[in-house]
Amino acid sequence: MKKMLSIFLVGILLIAGCQTIPKDALTLSPESLAERQMQTRKYETKDEGKILAACAGLLQDMGFNIDESEPNLGLITASKQRSAVNAGQIVAAVIVAALGGGAMPVDKEQKMRASVVTRPIGDQYIAVRVTFQRIVWNTQGQVTKSESISDPAVYQEFFDKLSKAIFLEGQEI
Amino acid sequence: MKTRFSLLFFALVVFLAGCATTQQRLLDSESSQVQLRSIQTRAFDTTDKEKTLRTVMATLQDLGFVLDKADATLGTVSATKLKGYALRMTVTIRPRGTTQLLVRANAQYNVQPVTDPEPYQQFFAALEKAMFLTAHQAD
Repeated sequence: MKKMLSIFLVGILLIAGCQTIPKDALTLSPESLAERQMQTRKYETKDEGKILAACAGLLQDMGFNIDESEPNLGLITASKQRSAVNAGQIVAAVIVAALGGGAMPVDKEQKMRASVVTRPIGDQYIAVRVTFQRIVWNTQGQVTKSESISDPAVYQEFFDKLSKAIFLEGQEI
Repeated sequence: MKTRFSLLFFALVVFLAGCATTQQRLLDSESSQVQLRSIQTRAFDTTDKEKTLRTVMATLQDLGFVLDKADATLGTVSATKLKGYALRMTVTIRPRGTTQLLVRANAQYNVQPVTDPEPYQQFFAALEKAMFLTAHQAD
């Protein structure tokens, strides 16, 4: 009986003792340098405004809506909402349902956010750093994923397009 | 019998402790204002507000945050980190005397305020490195 009681008490404490911030939430991770490099390119220009405008145009190309901008600090933030439906989950849900497991929630929609920060390096270069993150909701309205996007291919493509956008805007096509 | 009573009582206390009024939640009035400020604030020996703000933004990015907004006039930056949790931070900067800037950060972890000193120490340690300046305790 005593044992049961103590288990019960510990259980209650665990539930009530609310989650606290993870120890590493505000420390620089060993990967942070590599991530910075992946997310940053520098362009040889002095004109920070021009780069920012090109980034705004590029974000629009990618279907983002601009949420906030602060040219004095070199910042643009943008977001978009998209479907998060993926074939694998649908197949799994259908199989579960067919086996009599009832309706399984699947990912439904996601909000994707981007922020672009520009920073002058010396007198010759402007560094551009972009970061993406997303939140995914399932068919029951629960958050199933909230994460940074760290796929190098995403950043590679972004900067390929940015180079083109800067060229285009520079050329005023 | 006694055990059952104490058990019920304990459960009740724990559940009630989790309850706060809207006023308490809105104003976070149970935490000490002075203590919170000292945990969340550091002074830096610089007067360059723009450079400090830009360094704050770079540091937040290094820590895995995505910027939400920034305002150079007011001297504020807000950012969110998503990593299975949502950590939202706002950093404000204001002059202190003629030689220093005060940097204040506050954070919320999911639906809770962050009131432990340690996360802020970690944040200012990262900021110090990026600023190439020492963060002084401000009080």
